[in-house]
Amino acid sequence: MRLRIKFTKNGCLKFIGHLDVMRYFQKAMRRAKIDIAYSAGFSPHQIMSFAAPLGVGMTSDGEYFDMEANSVTSAEDIKTRLNAVMAEGIVVTDVRLLPEGAKNAMASVSAAGYTVRIRDGHDQNVPLAEAVARFHSAEHVPHVKPTQKSELTLDLKEGVHALSFENDTVSMVIDTGSSSNLKPGMIMETLYSYYGKRPEDFDFVIHRKETYGRAQDGSFVPLSEAGEVF
Amino acid sequence: MRALALPEEILLTIEKPARYIGGEINSVMKEKAQIDVRFCMCFPDVYEIGMSHLGIQILYDMFNQWEDVWCERVYSPWVDADRVMRERGIPLFALESQDPVREFDFLGITLQYEMCYTNVLQVLDLSGIPLLAKERTWEHPIVIGGGPCTYNPEPIAPFFDLFYIGDGETMYRRLLDLYKEMRAQGADRTSFLREAGKLPGIYAPGSYEPHYHEDGTLRDFTADDPSMPLTITKELVTDLSDTYYPSKPVVPFIKCTQDRVVLEIQRGCIRGCRFCQAGQLYRPVRERSISMLKEQAIQMIDHTGHEEISLSSLSSSDYSKLPELLSYLIDECQKRKVNISLPSLRIDAFSLDVMSKVQDIRKSSLTFAPEAGTQRLRDVINKGLTREVILNGAIEAFKGGWTRVKLYFMLGLPTETNEDIRGIAELANDIAAAFFETVPKEKRREKIQIVVSTSFFIPKPFTPLQWASMHPKETYIEKAYATRKAISEQLNQRSIKYNWHEADVSVIEGVLARGDRRIADVVLNAYRRGCFFDAWSEYYHHEEWLAAFEECGLSIDFYTLRKRNLDELFPWDFIDCGVTKDFLKKEWERAMAGEITPNCKQKCNACGAARFGCGICLEPRGGGAE
Repeated sequence: MRLRIKFTKNGCLKFIGHLDVMRYFQKAMRRAKIDIAYSAGFSPHQIMSFAAPLGVGMTSDGEYFDMEANSVTSAEDIKTRLNAVMAEGIVVTDVRLLPEGAKNAMASVSAAGYTVRIRDGHDQNVPLAEAVARFHSAEHVPHVKPTQKSELTLDLKEGVHALSFENDTVSMVIDTGSSSNLKPGMIMETLYSYYGKRPEDFDFVIHRKETYGRAQDGSFVPLSEAGEVF
Repeated sequence: MRALALPEEILLTIEKPARYIGGEINSVMKEKAQIDVRFCMCFPDVYEIGMSHLGIQILYDMFNQWEDVWCERVYSPWVDADRVMRERGIPLFALESQDPVREFDFLGITLQYEMCYTNVLQVLDLSGIPLLAKERTWEHPIVIGGGPCTYNPEPIAPFFDLFYIGDGETMYRRLLDLYKEMRAQGADRTSFLREAGKLPGIYAPGSYEPHYHEDGTLRDFTADDPSMPLTITKELVTDLSDTYYPSKPVVPFIKCTQDRVVLEIQRGCIRGCRFCQAGQLYRPVRERSISMLKEQAIQMIDHTGHEEISLSSLSSSDYSKLPELLSYLIDECQKRKVNISLPSLRIDAFSLDVMSKVQDIRKSSLTFAPEAGTQRLRDVINKGLTREVILNGAIEAFKGGWTRVKLYFMLGLPTETNEDIRGIAELANDIAAAFFETVPKEKRREKIQIVVSTSFFIPKPFTPLQWASMHPKETYIEKAYATRKAISEQLNQRSIKYNWHEADVSVIEGVLARGDRRIADVVLNAYRRGCFFDAWSEYYHHEEWLAAFEECGLSIDFYTLRKRNLDELFPWDFIDCGVTKDFLKKEWERAMAGEITPNCKQKCNACGAARFGCGICLEPRGGGAE
């Protein structure tokens, strides 16, 4: 049976890269004595699939991975056992049982929600409320993204599903995943460009709030919604 | 979230920020207000190397079991972080509390290899601790060194307040109690160091002074006060089954050199290879009980979640209950899907059988360390391995499906001739030939791969070869070329790959290993010239070291090429490691005569370590079958 685990990655853990987070959870499974399934072969590995990699330096309240379990107790018990062996900054917040045939976490990802704040001492005084309004009023928002060979022009209007500015914070829901993948920095770059400015390194403190899949009706739902509480 | 010492903008621009954030699983946090002694344990190399070291994990666990002590960790910041910290004046900090190292009561530095000496200075410098012990006050931590290099502490003596000679498990409690007591009494720092230096195993270098003959050799070594001991006897854990061992080692977030549970099954070695320092320093060999090991293994696996466990010892095959331990581990690890890694096993039918159970034969390789190319030279160094044993082991392995063989040798051993060098090539060739004879063409799934690696022999204190002369750098390079040429002349040369070590660094390591207190000037000078991370070939600057010797007016050749007389007083002779100088002399003479000495299981050779009254020395022996 397959479980979908939701977790946070906050505090100092933002400095740990994606591969190390995967290794971290492999060890955590053993410490928590979760009955996870292993692949066959001489060096068996745990069957796990992570949703959308989070860039080093970002924090998150909406990270996910799927795991194959041989047996399960209850969502509450698994959550408690994992949380008993976590490092400061990682908390398992939800455990769901995936129905037969559900797409895996990585393939399910279609968008992610972020908040972006200006880091102290890095304010370039861009009027962000106005910039957001300008973004909304435009029909197309071309964004040039360098690729390995040349460059690609994207229309951010297609990939940005929500964008607002409130309490000194830009909130956005943007395409994430294998078919279309936007980054919060691209949106900020566009907002800054309206005023002839360019964000510098470390101008922003970026937090991922949630990772979404698409429901039958096309709406975005948190990845955990694909599973059931048990 | 714990506040970090390095700002985010720095952490996100340097390599592997996880090296500097602490907070790892099983790292220990305590309330500062409830702590009497803050101890910062340092491995003076990059995090991934330092975190792989078992000794620190043992002592970290021991200290933190004590309620009045909080032990934290620090490693050498890598060159990128080092640069930013200097530019911005950020003092070096401990990983757990992120507090400056300078504020600690103790800074313990483990000295595992000589080429880390400049990194010791880096750590002190970044911490804002005066490099020279005599310039320190109570404003600075007590800097104490430990580990194998403390058996000749003289080349770095001026940088340390104290050295702890021997097993760390035994004397720290008394040292910390003395510290607490004397601080409470308001004692001055020098008095504390002097009293500490009277504890067994503790050496307070500031109380001693070396004097030299006109020819530069040591004349005598005197204490500034008659109450100071003239001999420092190493500390030793007599019962390794009833002592500290971590059940919850710290688990790094990033991949480290040793990313696994390490189970030290015994300390010391029975073998008595004459080049090997560890083999003499840790005598007598002491085994841990099998019940302790079984329990520890399970606890450590459960508390770390590591996917691999490795046995650690100088020669695991000599552990008396190895078959029982391995069969237990194989069962338990299979249940938990944990791999077993088995370094330092002698290749024979038993070990091949075990290895075939725990490793993927196609991916693993056989390792032999003949160390010398001919039986004559192997007898000189008392390396019991014979050509026959190696070939038989290889043949058995080839039958079992192995195709990769690693061979380790040393070049520049005393009495070495061209014939010995050719012997290296011939042995490798014979192993390849044995493969072709053993495995019929249709069964050869993979090509045979033999990797020959040579390092240059460096005489170390407290070994029978401590009297040996080294060679000039050019000779080492010639020897490596001769080895390469001899390999290229073999019939099966296409199956043999050859790697060799840098010659430059071996010469400097040779000086640091057998150096005296004057060498400290050179180490300091080299550091001032920008040398650090000398153990990393890309950061090793030989010309700076040469310039440092030049400027200090000291000759490399004096330390490396000079013939040492049997009656010469060595800088490390004031240390008693258990093995007597008379025994070492006898062994040196036997080496020169090409005579082998039986191992401790076969026969007691009266090396001197029996007076510790533990380990193998208590067991009845004689007439062994080996």
